[in-house]
Amino acid sequence: MHEDDDRAGPARADAGNGGAVAARTAAKPSRAAAPGPPARRFIFWPSRPQSRWRDRTPLAVVLAICAALLFVTMTLGVGIGSVPLSPVAVWHVVAGGLAGHPENTVAGIIVWQIRLPRVLLAAVVGAALTTAGAVVQVLVRNALADPFLLGVSSGASVGATAVLLLGVFASLGVWAISAGSILGALAAMAAVFAVSRGGRGLAPTQLILCGVVLSALFESVTSFLIFRGNPQATQSVLFWLLGSFGLASWNQLPIPALALAAAMVYLMAQARTLNALAMGAEPAASLGVDVRRLRRNLFIVTSLMAGVAVAVSGVIGFVGLVVPHIVRLMVGSDHRRVLPTGVLFGASFMVLGDLLARTIVAPQEMPIGVITAFIGAPTLIVLIRRRPYLYGATQ
Amino acid sequence: MSLRLDQVSVDIAGRRIVAGIDLAVGDREFAGLVGPNGSGKSTILKAIYRVHRPSTGKVLLDGTDLLSLRPRDAARRIAVVAQESTSEFDFTVREMVMIGRTPHKRSFDRDTEADRAVVDQAIERVGCGQLAQRRFNTLSGGEKQLVLIARALTQEANHLILDEPTNHLDIHHQVEILEVVAGLGVTVLAALHDLSLAALFCHTIHVLSAGQIVTAGPPAAVLTPETIRRAYGADVLVIDHPDTGTPHLIPRRAAPGSAAGVPETGRSSIPARPAES
Repeated sequence: MHEDDDRAGPARADAGNGGAVAARTAAKPSRAAAPGPPARRFIFWPSRPQSRWRDRTPLAVVLAICAALLFVTMTLGVGIGSVPLSPVAVWHVVAGGLAGHPENTVAGIIVWQIRLPRVLLAAVVGAALTTAGAVVQVLVRNALADPFLLGVSSGASVGATAVLLLGVFASLGVWAISAGSILGALAAMAAVFAVSRGGRGLAPTQLILCGVVLSALFESVTSFLIFRGNPQATQSVLFWLLGSFGLASWNQLPIPALALAAAMVYLMAQARTLNALAMGAEPAASLGVDVRRLRRNLFIVTSLMAGVAVAVSGVIGFVGLVVPHIVRLMVGSDHRRVLPTGVLFGASFMVLGDLLARTIVAPQEMPIGVITAFIGAPTLIVLIRRRPYLYGATQ
Repeated sequence: MSLRLDQVSVDIAGRRIVAGIDLAVGDREFAGLVGPNGSGKSTILKAIYRVHRPSTGKVLLDGTDLLSLRPRDAARRIAVVAQESTSEFDFTVREMVMIGRTPHKRSFDRDTEADRAVVDQAIERVGCGQLAQRRFNTLSGGEKQLVLIARALTQEANHLILDEPTNHLDIHHQVEILEVVAGLGVTVLAALHDLSLAALFCHTIHVLSAGQIVTAGPPAAVLTPETIRRAYGADVLVIDHPDTGTPHLIPRRAAPGSAAGVPETGRSSIPARPAES
């Protein structure tokens, strides 16, 4: 059995990487003494993993930095506005609110009723779109994929447009747009799934083609509805299509937050198999991954996450495409690192984007899709130019 | 540690690609699968590593039907180095090799010290210790192939399947890779293009043509001009390798009349060069 050979043969591995070998063999001085310099025996904590696997910044450090970033952006997001509030005042109100008795002052109402739910919703949606984007890029094995590639956003647009222009679901009141867009997203997801389900089960190229083609179809339906609708309602459709957190409220938060949490639990459980799938379908299969089932689950999980995000905030482009790349630049492609970092960083990115959207042309509000595209497009260009080998431009 | 294909046929899109394949690889044997392009080498290998499901017949691993194993369990017993070199994603060599631990880990399992030791040893074993911290995408073709072999090693499987592992590589890396594989002490089945190279390393060679095994046996018995003509439709001279005595094939041009000068049977009379030492 070669596995026994592997474990029993530390002396054979003395060619390079001397520190690692010495650390590993320190427990067997009779064999290790010869190849390694004697000083090696005095290494502190020879079995400490970080001491010899220093390829990348430790995840805990990255997460701590991203958490601090999120803390700062959220504090700014809640504090800045037509009535500026100091960070101390912000957290005073938040602490009071969390304790169960929100203040009835002006600051208290602004923070607890208006800005905090908005900032939290932006954070959740940013995290969800980033996570969905990172996973879709693995699912179709294409670095330029985003969560809306698979038709979710265009399906949701049809639903939302139908609500805004035709008054569908009018009985649902404020929930009508969310209901319409989530139904549209689910319908689009089902259509793409049904059409692209070939003999090999959601193969990347088929998935991309079906997503693109069906998206075009749904977009033409949206265009038709706009064409037939009245001009005033068309304005609100356009605003919805570009995305906004202007309508955020506390009762919009639970569903996206739960969807994100559930998806993250599933995805973190699959993080290793995601790495295997990133190698391609056949290598993944040879590594013991049930590729067909994994792809199906990933498709459903990412579509639902993107669909829920679109339902509460409209179609916010570029976040799901660009932020996963920035995250990989920071931590590499191992999904056990990418996913948690993406949640924190994506949340910060969106909170900052929303802050810009509502302050840059105050008192008016810019659609956040404009901001994300404005930041995202140049960032992506810089990334592509800096790392050509990631985008198929080697040699 | 044995692998046996029993009357395996594979259909793809309604077409039979390989038919009635019987093939056995013994304990720690290095078996080569050769044959012209499109003869079904990869298809047979993919039936073994579960990308294709055999339409008839069985793949037996130490006597157990492979399809009765869970994918994870199969991956702990068979490792594969397939034709694959590009990745859209940025992994270091160590991260890449660590992916080989996938079938040994459950959800939420962390990398243990033992996993890291297996990874480090695999990387050393293929002679890539100095590359451990490099990005996989920046390696040369030969280096990538060695790293993929290291990844297969971390699966700690005792059967290794290789699909043309020396494709597109220079002669140094061709020999290095097969030397590494031959030194692993595991049961190997490798699809190979270079027949002389196959003869140098394989204990047994299975010759495939049009989806069927034409002949199988030790290199010297199998790689004859007749077999090559039958399987590949090509004229070759076969001489003895000066070092090892294994058959070495020399291609011939298809000029009219040139075939007349070739002895029709067995080895040619070209004298072997004296071995340099």
